[in-house]
Formats: sequence, structure tokens, C-alpha cells
Amino acid sequence: MLTRRHLLGTAGAGAALAVSGLSPKFSEAEAAGASLTPGVPEGVRTVATMEALPGKKPLIKLSYRPPNYESPLETFRTAITPNDEFFVRYHLADIPTMDAKTYKIAVGGDGSDNPVEISFEDLKKMPAIEVIAVNQCSGNRRGLSKPHVVGVEWGYGAMGCARWKGARLKDVLDKAGLKKEAIEISFNGADGPTVDKTPDFIKSIPVWKAIEDSTIIAYEMNGQPLPHWNGFPARIVVPGWTGTYWMKHVIAINALTKPQGGFWMTPAYRIPLGKFPLRDRFITQENATTTPITEMVVNSLITSHRDGAKVNAGKVVVSGMAWDGGYGISSVQVSTDGGKIWSTATLGQDLGRFAFRPWSFDLAAKKGKNTVMVNAINKLGQSQTSELIFNPAGYHNNVMQNITLNA
Amino acid sequence: MRAFLIATVAALIALPAAADEMPVQLKKATGLDKVEANCQACHSLDYIPMNSPFPNAALWDAEITKMIKAYGAPIDDADAKAIADYLKSNYGS
Repeated sequence: MLTRRHLLGTAGAGAALAVSGLSPKFSEAEAAGASLTPGVPEGVRTVATMEALPGKKPLIKLSYRPPNYESPLETFRTAITPNDEFFVRYHLADIPTMDAKTYKIAVGGDGSDNPVEISFEDLKKMPAIEVIAVNQCSGNRRGLSKPHVVGVEWGYGAMGCARWKGARLKDVLDKAGLKKEAIEISFNGADGPTVDKTPDFIKSIPVWKAIEDSTIIAYEMNGQPLPHWNGFPARIVVPGWTGTYWMKHVIAINALTKPQGGFWMTPAYRIPLGKFPLRDRFITQENATTTPITEMVVNSLITSHRDGAKVNAGKVVVSGMAWDGGYGISSVQVSTDGGKIWSTATLGQDLGRFAFRPWSFDLAAKKGKNTVMVNAINKLGQSQTSELIFNPAGYHNNVMQNITLNA
Repeated sequence: MRAFLIATVAALIALPAAADEMPVQLKKATGLDKVEANCQACHSLDYIPMNSPFPNAALWDAEITKMIKAYGAPIDDADAKAIADYLKSNYGS
């Protein structure tokens, strides 16, 4: 039996504890609390614990069932997130054990001329595509919404970046004879509700997004089979778009000539029209006031230090990650005076337009308080916001961080 | 129906791939029995403290309505009232 409840053991968490002055007698909840994102609801501190799901390292457990576990900040110091540290997010609690040998995806729908079943072996025989892409929950940072909104109260860690390998969704749809009348492609996973009346989690994307070369049915993650908790044996990967469309344990793919209905398409996973930048729209799902959340907004995270960390005066390398909806990061700007003067950070290795882009900045830390504010800009010229764009579900929080480092 | 749901939950926890769920202790007060009997058929109780203490009475009412109307939770009116009172008194703002 694995030990699933652990105290935090990472160096970063130790540093955070030291800074906050907690005694060595801290409770487990306080230990997890030390790694929580500042600003989440107070109640999160009473239930969040560092716990490991089978096959995973300890992550920040927000809810047991359905399982919602986020990655601590230190996870994001590398551009590729290890499989056993990758966040876990489920809507529904009936999660079956999957067997790749008997696994099949039923591909059909009224927008298909030739419904087919695709086995795991069939998928692996198809031309393989690899894409490094950020998978970020739509509600990442929901816990930081002001005012707070109800939901899973994520801090910074409901995201990760992996190298995904799989078959093009387009190639699978070609086998099923995609009709020209098809407007959306819908996905269902093997997980489901514990009560029959709870709507099953079914999501759709527009055909134009489904047939992009980078949209795949992934069966490998960082060169390994997908972890159970991240969708084994295969999941949909929609680079650039939020995780809600990345259906885990996908068992049904349907081409549709009418918009997909159901709770999880509307009213869930909606943003108010006109509040956020959108280039390529999901027209068939738009209504007078809302549209589905789709592409990720440009964002960044300081990963080298937590807010309030102690540093030595002199040169301090402050680093982190930046990402967006797949246009690519053009620059990361850093300000040490609250946003008056900006300097350009050094960008790290480019792993592709859908990946985390590392950046770093040499701070000349003076004695006392130093502030570091970060703003990522993408190749469309979109940048982060200085004020929260409030929306009822707490989506798309890309407010620039402004942390304090004490020397 | 409720016995069936609880049995289903127990079966889920027994699955080898399932998480090791520890009991979540909520504040002991009137109505906790109704919360435990209804809410955890579909989700662990950590959802409640996690979403606190910011919800006012209207927000907790809206959540219970969502669970019944949108998620199909089989909660009768008397229990829904007891759950609402408990959440507002113990996890509200």
C-alpha cells in the first residue's frame, strides 16, 4: 500500500514554512497550506492536504471525490511537467479502471458517413504526431477571484505542460467519413456520474479546430503511457484551448450537424461575450451574452520564488514560465517599480507555440523589500491584465503577478 | 435510494485505481447528519469548507438549487432546507 498522506518535503515548501514562521509542530493542513497560492478562500486551508493518488507524487488535494489535485508552484520550474506531478481534475466521481486491450473509441454521429470503432492498436498504427502543449484547467486561479466565486478553488497549479503523442483527430474522422454538413465534433469519456440524473460530461469543439494538425488523440505523455488520472489509455489534446475539451479516457467521438447540447456546454464553461480577446470563435455555440471558453489567454507565472521569499542582496535570478493560446510568446516584461519602467526578460528554449516558454530576469536586489512584476506578451500583441476581468465562473485570470522579495 | 447511493460510493472507494479517501470532518452542528447523508453520495465533503466562508445565504441557496436542478441530486425539500441552514450557519459569510 502506498503512503498517500505526506508532509511537504520539498525545499521550496520548507523555505515557505521558514518565512511564515510556522513552528515544527505544524499540522498536515498547515503544511499543505504553506504551499497554497496566496489569496485562495480561507476554507481551502482547512481541507487542502498534500496527498498522493496511486501512481502520483503528493499533490495539493483540494477534493477527494471527484479527485481534484493541483501541482505545487515548484513543479513549474521545468518547461515539461513530469507525469507523476501533473495536476488531476475530474467533474464526476465514477472513474472506471481502463484496459488498453479491450479499449475502443466509437466514432460516428449524424455528421459521419461511416461509423467505426477504433481500438488502442488501431490508434497506434496511425501516423503519430507529437506536440508539446500546456494543459490548463479553465478554472485555474479561480481561488484568486475577487469576489470569490464557487467552484474548485484552484491556485496557480491546475496546469502542466507535456509532450503528447498520438493520432491526428482528423485522420480518425476521415475513417468515419466526416460529412461536409458537420459543424462540431463531440467527445465523451469513460468516467461518469454516480447518480443517473447528473449530466454526463460531454464536450464539443468546432470542426475547424478538430481538423487542425495539432489536435490529436494522445496515448503517450512525455514518452510514457498516460497516467490513469490523466486519461489512460487515450485522451483528446486540443493545444491552445483550455483543458475542458481535452477529454480523458475518450470512448466516443461524434461528428454533429447540430450544436452539442447539455449542461457542460451551456450554462457551464461559458465566458461573457466581449470581455476577453478571441480570434477564432466557436460560432455555433455562441448566444446573445456568452460564448464557450476556448483559447487560453496569455499568462505567466514566477516559479523561482514565492511571494514574500527571502533572498540575498545582490544578483537574484528570478525565473518562470509564460504561455498563451498557441500564438507563441514574443516577450516577457519585468518591472521592479510596480509597473512604471519595464525591462525585457531573457527567454529560454522555444519548445513550440503551445508550450511553456521559460524566461529569466537578473534582479539587482537591494536591502529590504524588492518587488517583481511580470507581464507576458504574445505574438498577436496580447498581454496580461493589471486588473482582474471578473466573470461568474472565475475563468481566464491572467492578472500580472507582483511579488515581494525580502533581502 | 440513499442506501443504494452509499453502497455505490463504497464500491467506488474499493476500486484499486481509486483514491484513498479520508473522512472530512465538518463542524458539528444541527443539520450535519443531512449533509452527510445527501451530499457525499456524489462528492466528498471537502468541497464545502473549500468554498467558505465567502458564500452568503443567497449563494448557498443557489448552490443547493444547482445540485438538485442541474446535477439531479435526489434531495427532498426538508433535507434541502436543513442542509441550507447548516451551510449558512457554519460555512457562510
